[in-house]
Amino acid sequence: MFSLVFGKFFLLFRNLILSISVIFLLFTASALAQQSEIKLGMVLEPPHLDPTAGAAAAIDEITYLNIFEGLTKIDANGAVLPSLATSWEISDDNLTYIFKLKEGVKFHDGSKFDAEDVVFTFERAMAEDSVNAQKGIFSIIEEVRAIDDMSVAITLKNPSGDFLFNIGRGDAVIVAKESADNNKVNPIGTGPFKFVRWDRGSRVILEAYENYKGDAVSLKRAEFVFISDPNTAISAMLAGDLDGFPMFPAPESLEIFANDDRFKVVVGTTEGETILATNNKRAPFNDIRVRQAIAHAIDRKAIIDGAMFGYGTPIGSHFAPHHPYYVDKVDIYPFDLEKARQLLAEAGYPNGFKATIKLPPPSYARRGGQIIASQLREIGIELELINVEWAQWLDEVFSKKDYDLTIVSHVEPFDIGIYANPDYYFQFDNEDFQALMQQLNRTTNDDARRALAIYAQDFLARHAVNGYLFQLAKTGVWRANIEGMWANAPVEGNDLSTIRFVD
Amino acid sequence: MGKLKRENLFKTAWFHPSFRIGFLGSFFFIILAIISIFWTPYNIEELNIANRFAPASFNHLLGTDFFGRDMVSMLMKGALTSFIVAVLAVVIGMIIGVPFGLIAASYGGIIDNILSKTNDFLFAFPAIISAIIITAIFGPGAINAMIAIGIFNIAVFARVARGGALSIKMLQFIDAAKLSGMGELKIAFKHILPNIFSLLIVQASVQLSLGILAEAGLSYIGFGTQPPQTSLGLMLKEAQSFFLIHPTLAILPGLTIVLIVIFINIAGDGLRDVLDPRLAKEETLDAAG
Repeated sequence: MFSLVFGKFFLLFRNLILSISVIFLLFTASALAQQSEIKLGMVLEPPHLDPTAGAAAAIDEITYLNIFEGLTKIDANGAVLPSLATSWEISDDNLTYIFKLKEGVKFHDGSKFDAEDVVFTFERAMAEDSVNAQKGIFSIIEEVRAIDDMSVAITLKNPSGDFLFNIGRGDAVIVAKESADNNKVNPIGTGPFKFVRWDRGSRVILEAYENYKGDAVSLKRAEFVFISDPNTAISAMLAGDLDGFPMFPAPESLEIFANDDRFKVVVGTTEGETILATNNKRAPFNDIRVRQAIAHAIDRKAIIDGAMFGYGTPIGSHFAPHHPYYVDKVDIYPFDLEKARQLLAEAGYPNGFKATIKLPPPSYARRGGQIIASQLREIGIELELINVEWAQWLDEVFSKKDYDLTIVSHVEPFDIGIYANPDYYFQFDNEDFQALMQQLNRTTNDDARRALAIYAQDFLARHAVNGYLFQLAKTGVWRANIEGMWANAPVEGNDLSTIRFVD
Repeated sequence: MGKLKRENLFKTAWFHPSFRIGFLGSFFFIILAIISIFWTPYNIEELNIANRFAPASFNHLLGTDFFGRDMVSMLMKGALTSFIVAVLAVVIGMIIGVPFGLIAASYGGIIDNILSKTNDFLFAFPAIISAIIITAIFGPGAINAMIAIGIFNIAVFARVARGGALSIKMLQFIDAAKLSGMGELKIAFKHILPNIFSLLIVQASVQLSLGILAEAGLSYIGFGTQPPQTSLGLMLKEAQSFFLIHPTLAILPGLTIVLIVIFINIAGDGLRDVLDPRLAKEETLDAAG
């Protein structure tokens, strides 16, 4: 009898405890879930997920510093910090770098990280058949050698001023020999997040990596959701389907979010020089006077206001305004329609001419194209607007160079060297500039580099190789309680490890 | 049906109130659209960024859009594109569809079977879907949108023409024509076509308003008119991301589409009432599906 009563009481008690703890668990679970999961919007879906095998910025925006790490890393301000290399020594002749590697690091598949992986990574990128998008980073390397398990020596052919920055970029992240070939679909790195799933056309899911050696990470799970349509992006943010959109595609609607307490609007800078790219080999654009006329006819303020709603900084050359070497070249060809008409007449086109402009999907290009067409009409140049998708743009404009004009943002940091490549889609073939770039690459002294970089900016501006429009702003929108998101984009990437929710 | 002479049609219809309202309303927009060929208050190809989002004023009766373009001028040009696309799509549908329908009705048998089944196949795709397929293959643009809508119209007009022709074919004067030795085709075009003409006019008004909606829909999803040309649907699309800040940019073209479509439909309804109500109603409803 007693035991029966006790048993009943015990059952009741146990149920009570259970239900309380279940309720408690539910509460904490939902509270925790809210604070450790993030959904970020991205405009473009990456073609694959291997940052060492593709130029698409979307690859780095997902994988860089999250899945993969390099020997060094670039922080939110563009500074070089230690990452998989905890320290390094540079020889007196600036040619040999000795890196000490981080101990106890394991790849997401459990394999050990050591000097062999570093040698493999660099040799793979240096190889003849390398598919790396930034071969320039590796072409100056003479030799990569493992000194012991945990230290590596890299010898350069000639001194390089930005070698440590370059090997911190997404293109130089360390991959393992066993998994490198599969990184396009199943990326295996050493970073704080491991790859979980890629729902093609929709999202990529990452989860915190439990064996990560490094600073503690606040997020447990992250989703990158692909939304290419600006209107859908606005709705998804307003509806709360997304926690943030690091590069919000609809600058016209930032006002909505700025006036909403739930959101933060953060305007920063990117490395994106937005240019009116010009086919320098095709008549009439092979005539410098025609290009100068176009430069004189472009009203940058109208383009920034009309296409970007005021977000963006005018540029006069192919250089980012926040870079320490930057000089303002906007006034080399000031807005002057008379001068433009005169130059066109001198070039033999007193009544202007007809040309086409191919416009990729982003609004800076589609809207900017309409504005530029209206501005060039003033001096008699009639532009036919041709809207193209990215794949078409890469094929027709970038690869086949079949275009007159196009508008695009070049987001690589310090990419002035592309003008030294006569096969690049601008088709600017100038030996003086090529010699200048070679000299710049060899120079390590900061003052000398600065002088060369300034000269190069002036050179490009004067030759009016392209129409230089504006530096793309990084217009980010995210929840007001998120901290640690990158305000600027010194390299392409979204560092999840610094992101946390605060209440 | 045959009793009503063509020249009387307009006069008779004029006394029908809904036709008069619809006709005057659509006429207003058509005139505005036609004027825009020669003149608009401002040139919409000249952007005036400094003056964007200007409120309604004496200079800009309906304000300006995100490029500083005058909204009145934009609506006029936009309506023009919409009308051109819809009208030409109707013309395509009539020129190709009506002969098909007449031939099918005249010859019957296997020819009728083949044409009708092809027609049913075309009809199986909703207008907007077939238009999306066509513009996806041949690239976006006003002309391709027009062709796409026109192809859908072919099926509609072929069906209406066939239905109308079959009912006329039963009448005695067709037998008389046959006895006098006229060929099937000659009868179809000389005797049947004039008698189903009013029917086709009513159907044309229905297809016209459907065409305007389809053009707007295609432009809205990016398959129709491309900038720097404009159409009412494209204006809507471009205004969408401003909707929460500058709602008038979307409301004005939206309202214009609604008004044009309502007016054309009212006019078409009036016209249908004036014509033989039983026959007209049956056929147009059936064809509009």
